Amino acid sequence: MIPIDHVITLSAILFAIGIAGVVTRRNMIVILMSIELMLNAVNLAFVGFNRLWPGGGAGAHYDGQVFVLMVITVAAAEVSVGLGIVISMFRNRDSVDIDDVSLLKW
Amino acid sequence: MTVPVILFYLFAGLAVLSALAMVANVRNTVAAAMSLVITMVSLAAIYVLLEAYLVAAIQIIVYAGAIVVLFLFVVMLLNLRSDDFPPGRQRLLKVAGAALGAFAVAELMRGAGVFPAPPPLPEGFGGYRALGIALYTDYILLVEMASLLLTAAIVGALILAKRKID
Repeated sequence: MIPIDHVITLSAILFAIGIAGVVTRRNMIVILMSIELMLNAVNLAFVGFNRLWPGGGAGAHYDGQVFVLMVITVAAAEVSVGLGIVISMFRNRDSVDIDDVSLLKW
Repeated sequence: MTVPVILFYLFAGLAVLSALAMVANVRNTVAAAMSLVITMVSLAAIYVLLEAYLVAAIQIIVYAGAIVVLFLFVVMLLNLRSDDFPPGRQRLLKVAGAALGAFAVAELMRGAGVFPAPPPLPEGFGGYRALGIALYTDYILLVEMASLLLTAAIVGALILAKRKID
């Protein structure tokens, strides 16, 4: 039996690595990849908890796994829009460095 | 320790190492995307060990197959020079890494045994049949909303990537 505690710990570690990537990197493509990593960490927690409480008696329930499928859908949509933004940013500024697009910074 | 538990720790270590390689790779974005693929595949293996078979398959197909290919496509389309990858905030990354390592060790020491052992599962748990029935009965509204979201994302990506909107 896989210890669920360690699944959740792994999820927390991956999420923290994703945050570190978002905070420290300046290349926008890598930032998007780090966001994907964070979404994956959350998915892992969902699957772990669904394994821990699969529902008993009448039938199993799949709330966690269905939620994971929805997160994957949202991630796919987010990546397509995000990479569209990266392309138009590169077209206008000739760079993918987020320090070059601090237009909204006060 | 049984074989699945050993495999779990193996793939967990692989996932963490490749995630770190992705974040710390400041020279080559293509290599970072490849590290992301390794993380995704390790997570899919962990999903199999947690008996979420359909989710594991979709993880491979959508994440490793589609999303990372999209990343690679954009990296190569933009044809970035190595000057375009500033090193980032290295000291912050090191401090964050040290804190993260300490946190991970502390959690591993403390965390064992918080949750009860997972119960035995009914036949066909996490397979395509059970999950498909759940998706198309209890969660049908969610599926319809996902299709709407994907349509909106396609339109948005087209508008954003267009050279001139007329």
